[in-house]
Amino acid sequence: MAGVRERSLAWLHRRPQAQAWSLLGPGTFWLVMFFAIPIIIMLVYSFMVRGIYGGVEPGFTIEHYKRFFDPLYLRILFRTFWISIVCTAICLLAGYPVAYVIARAGRWKNLLLFLVVLPFWTSFLVRTYAMIFMLRDSGLINAWLMKLGLIQTPITMLYTPGAVMAGLVYGFLPFMILPIYASLEKLDLSLLEAAEVLGAKPAARFWKVTLPLSMPGVVAGCLLVLIPCLGSFLTPDLLGGAKEVMIGNLVQNQFSSARNWPFGSAASFILMAAVLVAVMIYLRIKDRSPLEEK
Amino acid sequence: MAQRLPRSLIGFTALVYFLLHLPILVLVIFSFNSSRYVVWTGLSLNWYKRLLERPDILAALKASLIVGICSTLVSTILGTLIALALARHKFKGRTLFEGLLYVPIVTPEIVVGISLLILFAAFKIPLGLSTITIAHIAFNISFVVVVVLARIQGMDQNLEEAAMNLGADEITTFWKITVPQLWPGILAGALLAFTMSFDDFVITFFVSGVGSTTLPLLVYGMVRKSIEPSINAISTLILIVTTATIYLADRFGREQAKADV
Repeated sequence: MAGVRERSLAWLHRRPQAQAWSLLGPGTFWLVMFFAIPIIIMLVYSFMVRGIYGGVEPGFTIEHYKRFFDPLYLRILFRTFWISIVCTAICLLAGYPVAYVIARAGRWKNLLLFLVVLPFWTSFLVRTYAMIFMLRDSGLINAWLMKLGLIQTPITMLYTPGAVMAGLVYGFLPFMILPIYASLEKLDLSLLEAAEVLGAKPAARFWKVTLPLSMPGVVAGCLLVLIPCLGSFLTPDLLGGAKEVMIGNLVQNQFSSARNWPFGSAASFILMAAVLVAVMIYLRIKDRSPLEEK
Repeated sequence: MAQRLPRSLIGFTALVYFLLHLPILVLVIFSFNSSRYVVWTGLSLNWYKRLLERPDILAALKASLIVGICSTLVSTILGTLIALALARHKFKGRTLFEGLLYVPIVTPEIVVGISLLILFAAFKIPLGLSTITIAHIAFNISFVVVVVLARIQGMDQNLEEAAMNLGADEITTFWKITVPQLWPGILAGALLAFTMSFDDFVITFFVSGVGSTTLPLLVYGMVRKSIEPSINAISTLILIVTTATIYLADRFGREQAKADV
């Protein structure tokens, strides 16, 4: 045993690259085999011909990408972006004030942060179910409203685009609050004092100092909400009414009932491309924020 | 704090917190309700008792635990090795490698699920617990790396150098110095990986086959069929498991490096 051990150590000493790759190797193998290669196969499938019982047949076609210009699919694409952008905006409007309060909360800070992170770690499926429990016709909100005599018959809230938005905002709000909090926390308070001394009113201090300096957090938060919204599948599936509400549902449907794998692959690839573009924009903006770090 | 917060702002924040926690709170409370309707009729463990009558729930729990434990073990080992290499070694192709490592974190789950489904179908690998485990390992590796790497960067490297100067070889140093110092980080990464595996629905949904129903898949099936308080009960149990795991992960993650030398 000792011989093997010494020999392998000596071998590693002579080759620092080999040492690094012996650590990286197993994990890299797994990521290449079960992340990178599947995505490449998916991309290849998106250019192949549809098989009758699912799967693909040999051939090359760009028909599946062209199909997205069909008004039916353009509408799904458009609705996905519209729902995601509205949700991001709601999260920003609701999340910014909360992040601001947490950053200025003094001794309550840790508790408040913990309460933001807590729902973030509870199962997404369970949280989506909790939304159904609240929103459905015989759910809690309708039961309360009827008890108060505000309504006579239940309002339909579940299976509407509004329910999908509520579910997404509920699901991803912590993603908005945490990065904004992080940049507000870092904000140099002496800048605000300087502004005050120089005669800036509270509103001016906010719009001219606090908000611009917290922009990196705002951008990060918006992307962290936008990305999972674009790719969401479970929320529109359970809270949305129609079969194909967002791209995620379209993809799923192509692999189950519609049995059009190449088209599903193309849709899936468009989704992935949209997300990567968003990430790249984020990285560009992040590198260009001179005020964040000193 | 010199600056006072306006009342309206505090009120708004309180409202957001209320809305953020209300659904889960209500869900848990009504799992103990004796009636199946959303009217409180009295405390009861009825819905929990119903769970025990269903063998499929125990089977799903077993499946979730098997997948969770296996995928956690493998992804923790692979992720820790990668984190060590990233922290300690210079190697060619690092940028490309980091892309491979961090892209999975931002890739929509449905894309990961579908692409794995295509892979397994293309190579005619039957879907089941093994394919679910393979998928969970793949998405967990990156998260383990992030957690463990953060730990390594906060570690005292002098201890390792001291051990080597005193004549210990790499392997001895690794087991006697590096691992004990890194242990809380590894444990935190493992607990996080377990939670994500135990909770995962979307990816599992696409790579599961007949007879490999995990707990989230079972809950999804129940929700699709009919809404009844047993789902509240099972959800409450899932919440307890994940919250406890995350709490432990957080504690280990924060624990100060204890050099057991």
